[in-house]
Amino acid sequence: MLLEISGLTKKFGGLQALSDFNVRLEEGSATALIGPNGSGKTTAFNLASGFYKPTSGTIRFGGQDIRALKPHEITALGMARTFQNIRLWQDMTVLDNIRISQHHRLGYSIWDCFLWTRRFRRQEREIDRYAYEMLECMGLMDYAHEYPRNLPYGLQRRVEIARAMSVRPRLLLLDEPAAGLNSADVGDLIQLIRWLRTEFKDLTIWMIEHQMRVVMSLCSSIKVIDFGRTIAEGPPEAIQSDPNVIKAYLGDENI
Amino acid sequence: MQKYSFKALLLAITVGFVLAVHFQLVDQYVTTVAMLMGINIILSTSLNVVNGYMGEFSCGHAGFMCVGAYVSSVLSVLLFTKDRVFGPALLPEEFAVIGVPVVILIGGVAAALAGLIVAVPSFKTRGDYLAIITIAANYIIISCLENMDVIGGPRGFQGMKRVVGAMEDVWDIPWMPVLVLVGTILSVWAIRRFVSSTYGKGISAICQDEVAAEIMSVNTNKMKLVAFMLSSGLAGVAGGLFAHVYGYVNPQSFNILKSTECLVMVYLGGMGSLSGSVLSAIVFTLLIEALRFAIPALNSLAHQLHMVPASYEIGQVWKWVVLPLILILTMQFRPEGFMGKKELSDFFPFLKKFYQRLED
Repeated sequence: MLLEISGLTKKFGGLQALSDFNVRLEEGSATALIGPNGSGKTTAFNLASGFYKPTSGTIRFGGQDIRALKPHEITALGMARTFQNIRLWQDMTVLDNIRISQHHRLGYSIWDCFLWTRRFRRQEREIDRYAYEMLECMGLMDYAHEYPRNLPYGLQRRVEIARAMSVRPRLLLLDEPAAGLNSADVGDLIQLIRWLRTEFKDLTIWMIEHQMRVVMSLCSSIKVIDFGRTIAEGPPEAIQSDPNVIKAYLGDENI
Repeated sequence: MQKYSFKALLLAITVGFVLAVHFQLVDQYVTTVAMLMGINIILSTSLNVVNGYMGEFSCGHAGFMCVGAYVSSVLSVLLFTKDRVFGPALLPEEFAVIGVPVVILIGGVAAALAGLIVAVPSFKTRGDYLAIITIAANYIIISCLENMDVIGGPRGFQGMKRVVGAMEDVWDIPWMPVLVLVGTILSVWAIRRFVSSTYGKGISAICQDEVAAEIMSVNTNKMKLVAFMLSSGLAGVAGGLFAHVYGYVNPQSFNILKSTECLVMVYLGGMGSLSGSVLSAIVFTLLIEALRFAIPALNSLAHQLHMVPASYEIGQVWKWVVLPLILILTMQFRPEGFMGKKELSDFFPFLKKFYQRLED
């Protein structure tokens, strides 16, 4: 079990953003988390990636309790994520974006950096090599020296996924990867994630996504939450016809 | 060949300058201005690490300069010369030749430690609040020194001239110009290597999106600590050089006005541009010196033309009208500074070949 979350609760003052949330992600699986706006999906991601601290509950990643860790430490353990609204470093080249995401792998200190020691040169070469490799296989080679802000939205998404992948994650959290994409771009995105799953064998994917097309074609299991509580869980086909889910999205018939 | 040409040029300038000073081809005044220029270059480039590359707003740079200046001055007077307060020198005076550079570096280390005063609050706050904290840090440092009577308090501290004199007795070369030149080149070189490495680029990531930086494996607290310590440490080195050039330090010469000067140099040159900071430090120093002559000239001209009342003299105070005015105009018409985020090599591509690259 790669990620095991049980009884997770998060309160912001009096607001219960997430209550008694449980999830178990099998290595190599792809799971979706869906729910209406404000249901606590992104809160769950923020808790998993260490950005929020849980009010109660446990989070175990690869068997290790990660509640006390800082976000960068959790990332270094192999959990990477993308953001709902793209958060690339807009004033650096795409290449630098990919390079800096390997920060946890740097094994040199500031002194190596001043003196350009052998260790420094080896590490920088390694980072460069990996960054170019990543750009190459993500089909971004032509944009290595562009600034993200000059790229179309679909490509920015791709760069963000490439940046997350350059962390060399075991678990990839995708927060609405298809938001704001046109249907051609969504097709590309599905292709890309499929390809990632075949290329990186053990990669586990956990995504928040509303577009049923994406969820249906990528995920084997779906979890639906509403007002912080889990209301349904199961394979996509079952979820689609689940009365609770329909109620949460479309409202009750008997109003 | 090309790879070494930039280094060769630097070496030629260094040797040429030292020889010129040594054989008194340039006068004392020009030498002092040149040294001041070097010190200003260290100050502006080091402040640029925090204010430009990391995007924080530190306004207390002179405070760290002050720590470096006092620590290195006290140590060098204590160790290498006879003093009224500290008694005889602890080490033979001849040791000053090696000792003074070491002592200046120790001043830098002390200033880097003082940088923690600012770095630790920066974990939680940024922007305006951090600016206030840095100003407070500047005042704390100055007030502490003003209340230490052992080292002169508000009257200041001197005796470094004797140490520099002792160095010249051992080996008759113009020590201070050499040290300032070496210090300037080394600190610009260190900053350049820092900000162009993947490690150092972490601070640019913090500048552009701190949340994304933390999530994408950059240890933001550690990088802030490193950047603040590097910046304040180099300011301390600049302070140590300053103290030994003038032979006299006084807490009030490191007050908020000095910090403002550092800020002006960074903002004129462009935040996040190293060559911008170097150029603006040079231009700024020359401008201040030019005003020293221009203001009296203007004064006599105005009097001849009867444009001001005979009883009024246009004094050097007007310097503090002209310099802020330049800042206001820059912010109005070119808010990103003269160079913006660009380096000199972006404007003149032929310079690119002079920059060293990591060989593949």
